[in-house]
Amino acid sequence: MTSVDTPRIDSERTVRVTVNGVPREATVPVRRVLADALRDDLGLTGTHVGCAHGVCGSCTVLVDGDPVRSCLVLAVQVDGAEVTTVEGLAREDHQGGQVLHPVQEAFRECHALQCGFCTPGFLVTIAAGLEARDRSAEITEEEVDELVGGNLCRCTGYANIKKAVRHAAATMREDAS
Amino acid sequence: MKPAPFRYADPRSLEEALDVLAADPGAKVLAGGQSLLPLLAMRLAAPATLVDVNRVPGLDTVEVTGDGVRVGALVRHARLLHDDTAAGVQPLLARATANVAHPAIRNRGTTVGSIAHADPSGEMTSVLALTGGSVTVATPEGRSTVGWQDLFVGPLETSIAGPAVVVDAFFPALPERSGTAFAEIARRKGDYAVCGAGVVVTLDADRRVSAVRASYISVGLVPEVHDLTEAVAGKPVDGADWAAAGALARTLVDPDTDIHASADYRRLLVGVLTERTLTDAAREAAERTAA
Repeated sequence: MTSVDTPRIDSERTVRVTVNGVPREATVPVRRVLADALRDDLGLTGTHVGCAHGVCGSCTVLVDGDPVRSCLVLAVQVDGAEVTTVEGLAREDHQGGQVLHPVQEAFRECHALQCGFCTPGFLVTIAAGLEARDRSAEITEEEVDELVGGNLCRCTGYANIKKAVRHAAATMREDAS
Repeated sequence: MKPAPFRYADPRSLEEALDVLAADPGAKVLAGGQSLLPLLAMRLAAPATLVDVNRVPGLDTVEVTGDGVRVGALVRHARLLHDDTAAGVQPLLARATANVAHPAIRNRGTTVGSIAHADPSGEMTSVLALTGGSVTVATPEGRSTVGWQDLFVGPLETSIAGPAVVVDAFFPALPERSGTAFAEIARRKGDYAVCGAGVVVTLDADRRVSAVRASYISVGLVPEVHDLTEAVAGKPVDGADWAAAGALARTLVDPDTDIHASADYRRLLVGVLTERTLTDAAREAAERTAA
């Protein structure tokens, strides 16, 4: 048994994490970032890795409810945490199917994606941002800019993404009232 | 790219963390990781061991007193940004933090880690300097306080050597009859600033300018504080020539050229941002000074 005053120093560790509500476990080299563990060890390829050093935002996931860059967190660091990926945004309906998140609906409605590579990061970031704000208030342009400002999209020029944010905020406002 | 192999420890106490650091000269502290992990991914750093302090208890506190704000090593930028009590004692904290990267980075990155990283384009290094702050450094021998002047040695380099953990940063309170402002120019909001400025304006009881200090982001190799008082000393707050203070600031800085901006353009921005922030800070100082 390891004594309390000699901390473990490992090259590999088993990580237990709840992903999209499901308890998961993976044994990973300690240098593996969360994005790679989600994709390669857990098979959740919805999380995309663009730049791999924190600039593009494609790999954004929620850790204990907050958006983080999963390329800038080690998989071993989320041991015991709850992670939500883009696969976890949709909700179960009552007929065995799924209902898209209002942000996903809005992206489809507003044609807010072209190649789709950056889309998972936008969806997760915007969904968390809209859920955290006061839904009864109309969203401001400044809020919209702040929500999309940390994510790079090379196709759309952002106009339709911002349109989708406003659309989703309006939907969530109606749902809340 | 992916980080080079390393070993990993996540100690449950500061003593354990210092033990691991003392046993391995190639070990490095990991807190928020928002600056360190990019360095690892680009293989600009390849520590033998990462000592993750995220599970060390007691490092996640913000202590606010009349003297100032003490920020623990695990306090994330996002928390400081929304701490109204801390902002009441030292408004520069929230004002500067609003410019630190993007929300997803602020959720993870720590204020103290940002200071220990000592990037001259970091906002909080500059705020530590401008407020006359210090950090507390824990080593196996004990704790010591290191003032900002003794902390920053060069880009990404501090005076802290050997096994050590920066356990908190202390930002002194804003003096009375003072106002602050902070502004940046970045190619994309949240990206590294091409140039940024934080300022403090202090008035005397007659609402005349008694002190003006400024510190800049992405200008120079280490944070510096520039005294701009002489350009506006003794002037009534409503009649002070803030453009003159901006002009003085331009003569005091020595920015570098890089891919994003020339040294001349940065110097121009120093003047513009100085005038702009001083105008705002002076208005605030006047509001905080009874007529």
